[in-house]
Amino acid sequence: MTVHTKGSGTTWVGRSIRRLEDPALVTGRGRFTADMPATHWVRFVRSGVAAGTIKNITAPEGASIVTAKDLAKLKPIRPMLSKFNYVAVGQPILADGVVRFTGESIAAVYAPSKDQAEDIADQIEVEISEGAPLIDAMDALAGDAPLVHADTKHNVIVEGRIATPGFEDVWKTAHKVLHVEARSHRQNATPMEARAGHAAYDGSTGRVTLTCTTQMPHLTRTAVCDILGIPESDLRVVAPDVGGGFGQKMSLAPEYVLLVWLARKLRSSVAWTEDRRENLIASFHSRDQHVQLEGAFDKSGKLLALRGDIVANIGAYSCFPTTCGVEPLMALAELPGPYDVRAYDCRSRGVMTNTCPMAPYRGVSRPVITFVLERLMDKAAAAFGIEPTELRRRNLIDKFPYTSATGLVFDDGSYKETMEMAIKAIDLDAFRKRQKTARDAGRYLGIGFATFSERTGYGSPAFAARGMEITPGFETVYLTIDPSGFVEARIGSSPHGQGLRTSLAQIIADEIGIDPEFIKVVHGDTDRSPYGWGTFASRSLVLSGGASLLAAQKIRAKLLKMASHFLEAAPEDITLQSGSAHVIGTDRSVTIASMARAAYHQTHIFKGEIEPGLTETGTYDPSGTFSNACHVAIVEVDIETGRVEMEKFLVAEDAGLIINPMIADGQVHGGVAQGIGNALLEEIIYDETGNILTSTLADFLPPTTREIPEIELHHVETLTGNSITKAKGLGEGGAIGAPAAVISAINDALSPFGISIDEMPATPQRIRAALRSSGKLPSNGKTA
Amino acid sequence: MSDKTDITLIINGQSYAIRVESRRTLADAIREDCGQTGTHIGCEHGVCGACTVLVNGEPVRSCLMFAQQADGKQIRTVEGLADGDEMHPMQRAFMENHGLQCGFCTPGFLMLAVGVLEREPDISDHDLVDVLSSNLCRCTGYQNIIKAVRAAAVEMRQS
Ligand code: FES
Ligand code: FES
Repeated sequence: MTVHTKGSGTTWVGRSIRRLEDPALVTGRGRFTADMPATHWVRFVRSGVAAGTIKNITAPEGASIVTAKDLAKLKPIRPMLSKFNYVAVGQPILADGVVRFTGESIAAVYAPSKDQAEDIADQIEVEISEGAPLIDAMDALAGDAPLVHADTKHNVIVEGRIATPGFEDVWKTAHKVLHVEARSHRQNATPMEARAGHAAYDGSTGRVTLTCTTQMPHLTRTAVCDILGIPESDLRVVAPDVGGGFGQKMSLAPEYVLLVWLARKLRSSVAWTEDRRENLIASFHSRDQHVQLEGAFDKSGKLLALRGDIVANIGAYSCFPTTCGVEPLMALAELPGPYDVRAYDCRSRGVMTNTCPMAPYRGVSRPVITFVLERLMDKAAAAFGIEPTELRRRNLIDKFPYTSATGLVFDDGSYKETMEMAIKAIDLDAFRKRQKTARDAGRYLGIGFATFSERTGYGSPAFAARGMEITPGFETVYLTIDPSGFVEARIGSSPHGQGLRTSLAQIIADEIGIDPEFIKVVHGDTDRSPYGWGTFASRSLVLSGGASLLAAQKIRAKLLKMASHFLEAAPEDITLQSGSAHVIGTDRSVTIASMARAAYHQTHIFKGEIEPGLTETGTYDPSGTFSNACHVAIVEVDIETGRVEMEKFLVAEDAGLIINPMIADGQVHGGVAQGIGNALLEEIIYDETGNILTSTLADFLPPTTREIPEIELHHVETLTGNSITKAKGLGEGGAIGAPAAVISAINDALSPFGISIDEMPATPQRIRAALRSSGKLPSNGKTA
Repeated sequence: MSDKTDITLIINGQSYAIRVESRRTLADAIREDCGQTGTHIGCEHGVCGACTVLVNGEPVRSCLMFAQQADGKQIRTVEGLADGDEMHPMQRAFMENHGLQCGFCTPGFLMLAVGVLEREPDISDHDLVDVLSSNLCRCTGYQNIIKAVRAAAVEMRQS
């Protein structure tokens, strides 16, 4: 760890300073939603079946219960897309006559304590006439499939197609065609803090404060107020310390709407803390996709054309604000990855089923499409008899800006450089030798490479292109030096573990010459922060960082102007550093604190040439940028048990200028660990009746220290013109590349068996099944 | 369910006389009856370890223990780690090594690591990784948690 020395003359950006967030969190002073006391505690009564019609709800005498008929005036959650044959379906806050997935809320009960509310909920009897549930998206596609929503014509709720002109002509010229049929099973983002909400009514103003575990406080306010039909000024939304989100907390929880409604009705405070079972079965799920992908290659192994068909199981409803188009449409636009391919024909559909609704999860579709595309590249490499890295070398983009077949513009990156760096650092040749020796001894080691891009920091045009009614784009920062001389930056982003307060303070510090410890970054409170979009999609450092820089540049200009009054020197001869303005080459200086005081209390000295006060606003809405990386996994597969041991993981990544290396590395570590879990362990399993078999953390398995190997990191910093701070985002990259690298390594290890594992997670059962089907297991009696 | 019993929890040296139902978990009692919300609840199934506290020096998953079972015992939580403004070496090591991101799992990891190292100061690096596998973190990928605990172990041995 680099410990900073004050006034060392170097910049704050680029240094691993300690996080400003940490002292409270390591001493138990963090404030999480579930820590707040409340007068009433809510427990949701959830459906035990996946599909059916509610016949009757019976509550015990005196129970306080809310059902759909109490909420008749509320609008349903109905996010919109104007393109891609999107069919808008509504989600009621409590199931209104029909239940569409196991875990859907049917009623809410409330009582003075959590335990009492649970006791009452247990006594509520719900009579449901069960229907036949649709669990797999493929079944929901069938012509005679029942409809999840009776008011739609079919279960396909969103459908996109991109086909480049002359596709078939290119396809015909192929020397080799490779095919992958891949399955990505359902996963849950599983933040360690499940969701929670607390709504408190203020009798004197009639306002409600909703404290909740959201990644998007402002949009939560808009959504709840729209549904209730109340002015936004009547609701304050606060995201206090939030225990991780990974996308699950960016989508609107219907439960929060109920809490606000109930707080207004009772004129009191009401709270709900989701338990882990609720979180696993009924929060949001992700990544349930079937992908067919074919690639046409010329003689030299150059990819000529890609043909794809993607089916995403989006569950029973469409999540707000992204809509359920987020997975299928991102997959459609980004499937070609970082490879140069000019011909592309792909269809992508989002299909409704009687399962928990889909929402974004770190990387959204990219962990899936990267895994599938990299399987294709590995199969092609095998078909051409070359190293997988050599095939990638022949196909990775290397001229920028590069406009993809789907119209995405890639800014400067280092796709080839990071791969070469990774090959060298892992010593591929040495590994191949070791692999051979091990194989001769009956041990199966494998290496897998994944090269990919991570589109980040995109503003409103990118969302508009998707046809979204809500285009979460710009970010705004209000930057103030108050009369005390301390700095406050109020931001619209809503970090929840990313260390953004520290990174933004570093960016601001360099500009205004005040150390980060004096800069407070305020977020997650709609009363205090400017309207913004929260934290998701690896965007906050690019967008809020850019907006912070713009605001800080304005403050800097004003400070220099003021200093020139005080110091009687030209602004260009003055520097700002360590809290003071100095005339270069002299010992003349004035503290920024005294200038700040004057900006409010002594404005007459500027003779009307400088406006009173010291607040500036920065807003940033860029077109977006692409980070990139190469991930390498080394595994050993035990062919008798199907167990995969991770030996090593290596990342060579490029996220532009790194603001705080310690924080950046931490983001990559966390993403990679999640990706390894996604690749090997994590799966939400429904039985055929729609019941979930993985409703505890002992069944849905996030990895522990035992499954995560040492992660070695290498960096390239390509300075892009597409981000004014030169920083690209990197919150998702770890999770995007890791599944592909791990599964590739497993397949490499098992190549002697002539099998291909094209399923995620690659569990021991699946590996064993594939090995058994190969008929090539040694016949030592242990192969049953 | 309303058979309540009077018990005393001694948390970080302070006594809390509370009345609890027999089903009340120690985690809920610490958080709700005694107001010490630094101890977190991540699953209530005994899997995640977020609720780890020390009971008579031993790391315990407080969601799996009834409050009544801790009656009169010495309980240490994250709030009691620092000595006034002087942080515990484990807390400092977590900050210096970036052993936390969202901080939700952190109290559990801190208490687990402190409990284990106080009992077994010379635990091997390998065994330490094994012990730490009893708690879950979703943010850090564990790299820096392991680094932090190793750094604190060295410091705790020296002091
Ligand atoms: S809350 Fe106790 S182990 Fe998870
Ligand atoms: S720091 Fe977020 S769960 Fe560990």
